[in-house]
Amino acid sequence: MIYGAGSARVLKRDLTLRILSIVLVALLVAGPLLPRWAMFLITVSLCYGMVVLGMMLLMRTGVVSFGHGLYYCLGAYAAGTLDVLFGVSDIAVMLLAAVAVTGVGSALLGLLLRKYRDIFFAMLSLAFSMILYGLLVKTSALGSSDGFNVAAKTLFGIRIAGTEFERYLIFAVTVLVAFVAAVCMHKYLASHMGRLAGAIRDNELRVEYMGASVRNTIHVNYVMSAVLAGLGGAMAAVSVGHIDPEMSYWTTSGEFVFVAILAGTGSVLAPFLGAFIFETIRSFAYEYSPNTWQMALGTTMLLVIMFLPGGLWSLFTRMRKAA
Amino acid sequence: MNQLVAVVIDGLIYSSWLFIIAVGLTLIYGVMKILNIAHGSLYALGAYSAAALAGYWINQGHAPMGSYAVMLLAAILVGLVAGPVIERGLLRFMYGKDEIVLVLVTYAVFLILEDFIKLTWGVDPYFLYQPYGLLGSFDVGDLTYPVYNLVLFGAAVLIGVTLAWVLTRTRRGKMLVAVIHDREMAAAMGINVGLVYFVTFTVGAMLGAVGGALTAPMISVQPGIGAETIVLAFAVVVIGGLGSLPGAALAAILVGLVRSAAVHYRPELDLFAIYFVMAVVLIMRPKGLFSVPEARKI
Repeated sequence: MIYGAGSARVLKRDLTLRILSIVLVALLVAGPLLPRWAMFLITVSLCYGMVVLGMMLLMRTGVVSFGHGLYYCLGAYAAGTLDVLFGVSDIAVMLLAAVAVTGVGSALLGLLLRKYRDIFFAMLSLAFSMILYGLLVKTSALGSSDGFNVAAKTLFGIRIAGTEFERYLIFAVTVLVAFVAAVCMHKYLASHMGRLAGAIRDNELRVEYMGASVRNTIHVNYVMSAVLAGLGGAMAAVSVGHIDPEMSYWTTSGEFVFVAILAGTGSVLAPFLGAFIFETIRSFAYEYSPNTWQMALGTTMLLVIMFLPGGLWSLFTRMRKAA
Repeated sequence: MNQLVAVVIDGLIYSSWLFIIAVGLTLIYGVMKILNIAHGSLYALGAYSAAALAGYWINQGHAPMGSYAVMLLAAILVGLVAGPVIERGLLRFMYGKDEIVLVLVTYAVFLILEDFIKLTWGVDPYFLYQPYGLLGSFDVGDLTYPVYNLVLFGAAVLIGVTLAWVLTRTRRGKMLVAVIHDREMAAAMGINVGLVYFVTFTVGAMLGAVGGALTAPMISVQPGIGAETIVLAFAVVVIGGLGSLPGAALAAILVGLVRSAAVHYRPELDLFAIYFVMAVVLIMRPKGLFSVPEARKI
């Protein structure tokens, strides 16, 4: 967040938390009134937004992962296999499992990846996600390339499957998880370590001269982004009800990068807004013009890169600056 | 013993294919520092146009042997059209941007071309099986291989040797090497860097399309082949060291042999053998097999 240097007024107030709270309350209250498709669209966008939130953190640090589908998929499978292996299908436990698996997995891979930058970071993470893809496609117990269905039956031990509140409760849980993730990320970005991200992107060597560890920061940010992707994946598994290895294919990861670029990295609100726009366009494009949808995506991406390097979010910051 | 021979032969055939699809990618990266995701679409464009044109040629009742020439011609046409359009129409406005941004730009081109292919040729698969069997087969011990595989092998060697010869033995090749080493200094010495970029990208695009055309008889040409292939080409190029020609050759052989061993001994490992090799090589040598050390910039 850049505060207008040189302007006569004192620091502009940070409205992010207020906006987040308003959106939270609005969504929770309006939820039961929404038609099913709108509720589903918002749920899926929020899941997607969480993954993109993690991508945003990595991009602020100056690294781009072309393999974040790895954690999206890992989170979803961690949630899904709980039922297959242990007969557990409680949403809370599923989310915890996703956090644990992606947290441990990224902490281990991070030991390696934190040494890499630029294209090599992107390609090595791509390789790992494709390894998971290859493994899952060959695992017939988990449905190979077809994947399998996931059904969350309880929430904190209370049965929700088949009740009339099922859809709303899943929606509400997603809204709450996304809210908490966004608030935590906002606080983190303003913290000491969070602010290091931009410095690392600008010049690693200087950051090290000043006594901060570049690798540790990148590692921490990597784990955080992975856990967010895992949470997003697990919630997507619960709300969509089906998972397959495609979640770990490189084109899925490419979409995450795309939405992050489209949204911009200026605020924690941007990824959710970007994801919502993306999912909305996608659901309409699938309906009306399935064969030109990628073309529209590609063109949009080129336009954003050329004319709006800060992403859609930079439109808002420009407006605020002008005001 | 027999199985070992099979592993080596299959491995070399696969290596040839890997080299053909990766060589254009590494050339473009070496000169322009662009990791071109759209290379996958050029491969797909080459495969589609070869399958469509050569299929038409054969259906019209022309001599089937001519289909090879038609395939090649189709690929070269694709390269000559798509290369200049992408480079002049888009990439030249992007030079000087961050490498990662350039990856995203070519990713956008990839997405656009994927749908372009679907709109042009539809979503149903094309089969161009005739050229694969036309040349007969040869025996190694009691194993039988189609001669087409030798064509693939020959094409890989021919492309590799020609490129190496051009780069090290000709005046234009040496100018290209100068641009690779120091773009600004080369420009100061009077080399037309813009032209070098233009030619390199066109040649790279053509190589990608030729790779697709040569592959077309061996697969069913359908949507998604570009996405499948580009990640394999990435792996080969990254293993070899980005921009290195001998690196790409060595990486192709390494990956080809490992994958063929996996297919023969542990088929369940087939799909990710290549990424496994990539991860191991990058862990050992973070910038690939043939990489040059770089100074850290302050």
